[in-house]
Amino acid sequence: MKRLPAWSWALAVLVAVLLFNAFLTPGFFNFVVRDGRVFGSLIDVLNRAAPVALLSLGMTLVIATGGVDLSVGAIMAISGAVAAGLISRPAGTPFEGGKSAPALAIPAALAAAMGCGLFNGFLVAVLELQPIVATLLLMVAGRGIAQLLANGQIVTFTEPAFAVVARGATLGLPNPIWILAGVGILIGIVTRLTALGLFVEATGSNPVAARFVGIDARIVKLAVYALSGTCAGIAGLIATADIQAADANNAGLYLELDAILAVSVGGTALAGGRFSLVGSLIGALLMQTLTTTILTRGVSPEFTLVLKAAVVVIVCFLQSPSFRESIQGRMKWRAA
Amino acid sequence: MNRAALREKLPIAITASVLLLLCLGAGLKFENFLSMRVFANLLADNAFLGVVAVGLTFVILTGGIDLSVGSMVGLSSIMAAKLVGTAHLHPILALSIPLVVGAVIGLSHGVLIARFGLPPFLVTLAGLFFCRGISLWISRESIQIDHPWFHDLTSWSLSLPGKGALTAPAIGFLIVLAVGIWLARQSRFGRTVYAIGGNSASARLMGLPVQTTLISAYALSGFCAALGGALFTLYTSSGNAISGTGLELDAIAAVVIGGTLLTGGYGSVFGTFLGILILGVVQTAITFQGTLSSWWTRILIGVLLLCFMLVQKAIESAARRYQSH
Amino acid sequence: MGSVLELKGIRKAFLGTVVLDGIDFDLNAGEVHALMGENGAGKSTLIKTMTGVYEPDAGSIHLSGTEIRPHMPSHAVKLGISTVYQEVNLVPNLTVMENLLLGREPRGFGGIKWAEMRRRAEVAIGRLGMSIDLRAPLGSLSIAQQQLVAIARALDTEAKVLILDEPTSSLDASEVESLFSLIRQLKADGLGIIFVTHFLEQVYAISDRITVLRNGSKVGTWDIASLSRLDLVTQMIGRDAATLDRPEMVAASSGSGIPVLAAKGLGRRGSVSGVDLELQPGETLGLAGLLGSGRTETVQLLFGIHPFDAGSLSVDGKTVSRMKPRLAIRKGIGYCSEDRKREGLFPELSVRENMLVLMQVQRGWHRRIPLAKQRTLAKELVDRLKVEPRDPEKPIQFLSGGNQQKALLARWLAVDPRVLLLDEPTRGIDVGAKFEIMSLVETLRQAGRSFVFVSSELPEVVRSCTRVLVMRDRHAVRTLESGEIAESTIVKEIASS
Repeated sequence: MKRLPAWSWALAVLVAVLLFNAFLTPGFFNFVVRDGRVFGSLIDVLNRAAPVALLSLGMTLVIATGGVDLSVGAIMAISGAVAAGLISRPAGTPFEGGKSAPALAIPAALAAAMGCGLFNGFLVAVLELQPIVATLLLMVAGRGIAQLLANGQIVTFTEPAFAVVARGATLGLPNPIWILAGVGILIGIVTRLTALGLFVEATGSNPVAARFVGIDARIVKLAVYALSGTCAGIAGLIATADIQAADANNAGLYLELDAILAVSVGGTALAGGRFSLVGSLIGALLMQTLTTTILTRGVSPEFTLVLKAAVVVIVCFLQSPSFRESIQGRMKWRAA
Repeated sequence: MNRAALREKLPIAITASVLLLLCLGAGLKFENFLSMRVFANLLADNAFLGVVAVGLTFVILTGGIDLSVGSMVGLSSIMAAKLVGTAHLHPILALSIPLVVGAVIGLSHGVLIARFGLPPFLVTLAGLFFCRGISLWISRESIQIDHPWFHDLTSWSLSLPGKGALTAPAIGFLIVLAVGIWLARQSRFGRTVYAIGGNSASARLMGLPVQTTLISAYALSGFCAALGGALFTLYTSSGNAISGTGLELDAIAAVVIGGTLLTGGYGSVFGTFLGILILGVVQTAITFQGTLSSWWTRILIGVLLLCFMLVQKAIESAARRYQSH
Repeated sequence: MGSVLELKGIRKAFLGTVVLDGIDFDLNAGEVHALMGENGAGKSTLIKTMTGVYEPDAGSIHLSGTEIRPHMPSHAVKLGISTVYQEVNLVPNLTVMENLLLGREPRGFGGIKWAEMRRRAEVAIGRLGMSIDLRAPLGSLSIAQQQLVAIARALDTEAKVLILDEPTSSLDASEVESLFSLIRQLKADGLGIIFVTHFLEQVYAISDRITVLRNGSKVGTWDIASLSRLDLVTQMIGRDAATLDRPEMVAASSGSGIPVLAAKGLGRRGSVSGVDLELQPGETLGLAGLLGSGRTETVQLLFGIHPFDAGSLSVDGKTVSRMKPRLAIRKGIGYCSEDRKREGLFPELSVRENMLVLMQVQRGWHRRIPLAKQRTLAKELVDRLKVEPRDPEKPIQFLSGGNQQKALLARWLAVDPRVLLLDEPTRGIDVGAKFEIMSLVETLRQAGRSFVFVSSELPEVVRSCTRVLVMRDRHAVRTLESGEIAESTIVKEIASS
């Protein structure tokens, strides 16, 4: 018998929610083509899920090494502030002066995000600080840095060439979906077509044994935190381009928690080890589908938060060893 | 003094000297900085944060974490305002009911963590979502509190020499602080909290009530967070569902800057008080300065946090080296 | 003096495997009773039934004549059975005084009464004739002092029976002596003491009687005077040393002269010292000795898991100043740990990944072994080592211990190291698997590979090693050349003083 992947039940729930909508939410599966673009609730779900899904891709690898990255929300804000600052160069910010093209702003923002990730990686891998503590640092200071970069303002801009990142469409689908697909495939290739994925899993599964087979955990950790930062940078660009403004206070607020949630729902154990990028994507989609369902059904939106709380607790229970043992014990007992 | 005792005292000594240096620096730069009034205002402005941080200190001392404290502040504040505004309860009752709710939510965190072995990080994350969701459900808009008793309480203050005056929230903070220090140092509960943080497996083998103590620590943190919310309501005379957003970070920062190790076992409630004062002094100094913008507070807190982590790391590895020989 | 603790017919099985089979044991007041046995003998299970960690399946425990059924450690303590473990079970961050009285602090209206607490702590410590700063954090004390504090805490509960479970394994000679003078004093006070240790000298220095367990059964109980060291070792290992000799000779291959691995006076503070060894190509060097004699520590120094701080180490005649696992692997040295779970397995990963991870590390991250090739390699290894089930895609955590061990061995075979350090490779696996592993080692040795082989099973050592280094009390005692290797000589070296 082939074992089912760890994300199968997340997929089952996703399908169930979609079925629920198919029958009870009118027009949920409708697609409309207007101006060469496809519109519809499903497209909307994908589009809105893109930032969290991007975060969850990086977060998956971090969690697989046995760590966690709390700073991704703040890094989103930094990346947005750098991009918006370089594009509009408002007075009072460090970017004051002539405008820059998105061709400069986007790489600069990503470099800043990756720098933040490397900083996290340095704290975790080299200084051996606990991941929660180490990334808490940028979670606290990161928003301050973003505000510093934006001089405390919400930096607005009009730059169609940049807005297209979030608002444009290619082949009828919104660009964030393409970006997500591209990044996902890239990370998939890098982790699964090289041995990096195996090294990440080995490091998280048993750090002592990993050391004894000669895996350099420092470099592995440095790499995953840098990647997580970069993913956050991309998510930050999408969020900024979407509202044509960089809001240092609210960009990506609490999204780190959503990303962690998506990863756990997707079947990657928080203790590290085996990871599943596909699972995390399903997790992110599931969360967004639930949110959209609640919104379209007119339930008050506060309940998405309560629902998320319930999902976290259920996932915890499903992953907790003591709970699993008691279930298995009961099943064995019944079989006996 | 031997080296291990030094290890115990060094973090708090560093915290105290940083606070002293900050005060001296600010006192030299700004006139009137070192006055009773500034100090009293600092206490009043940070009272709610301080109360939250005192409760959180116990959880962190066990080696856990409580991310829900910020949204618990919001829940408590909106609940109190709603109870006064819509249910027309007396403010005393309206401010007390959220305290019970806070303790119960904290208790349920504790049960999930201690009895079922779920990770504190995720359980209290769920608590964060839950509390924020419920508060927004109670009311999305902020609610002003109009009640004569309430006005009397918010305008009342205890005069101090030198033009300072302690407001009710500030006094509340000082009381909670005193109780917290007593609990940590003088009660069996407190000593067991330290023992669990030191080595929970040993604590269990020593026959200590590990589960009960853990559950109580989370309940205490929930209670303190709700109390912080009540003080915040007094401070602003209104309730708001989104108040306390991100407050958990400030509270954690205050605890860590106060010399408490996030791995548990080492630290003190008094240290957390010093941590709160440091945050307050940085904030006040930046306000005094006028040209520096408010976000420097966050960045400076981050830098301070980093420094303290590095110091703790250094102390820890020095201790380990000492131990291995 | 009458017996204070009596165990009758204690039986305990886990998942159908009998770990204790009808053990009788008795402890007199005012005696030190040593409990001896090699790995898997059942010592720790027996102790856990006395301290309430396990409930026995059958049999009874009597304390001062009345039957007791301790159901958890704190209950056993209340009844009067206190235990001091090898790992100090106190909290390092609190003071000595608090550790002594944690959970039973004297309290008054204002909380804990520190003055009263100090007085009581002074009494508890004073009773043991120690002088320790009561206000020092426990973590600042040496392990020996911590152990003494643990004993003081155990005694503060009016214990009748004190169990010392390998309390000396991390102590140096003078620390052991101070512990022993305490034990003698407690004995004079009429306490019954059960002493578990691996150090023969200590047993003879302090004990009145010895009980030996082997494979879950009691071999016997002797007065210390009536059991010689040689007899004791023989009883523990379970063979009559006089009658067993080497069944077949294994000729040492003629080396090139330059040893692949050599150590001179190798040691590490608090671990082993004075280890001299030389490993030629095509040689299997056995490390023999009782549990705790420093075999594992030696192998770990060779692989660089802990840095050595005394002596020298060389590979192919070139001195290595600081060994690290990555360097060792690069130099063609491999290490199979005795602690599979903690140091070997990646439990969630498949057998295939577990076997090929090392090969992959050597190729580098960017040159991934193509999946098809991985499958073929894994299949070959699984077949070669007869790993069951033959499905390389199964997560390794679902395999039996023996098959996990084979897979871990396969991990090294896949990269064909020149030197393989094997620490108890046959522990806890069935006879068939043992035989397969040992014949594989022999084949590879004949092909010029070298092995350092740690095993508690002397017949295995005798049958497969070309030379044997005997270790005792964390020192290398003597190297037996091929002609001298026999169970009797090894046992004599282990038991000699």
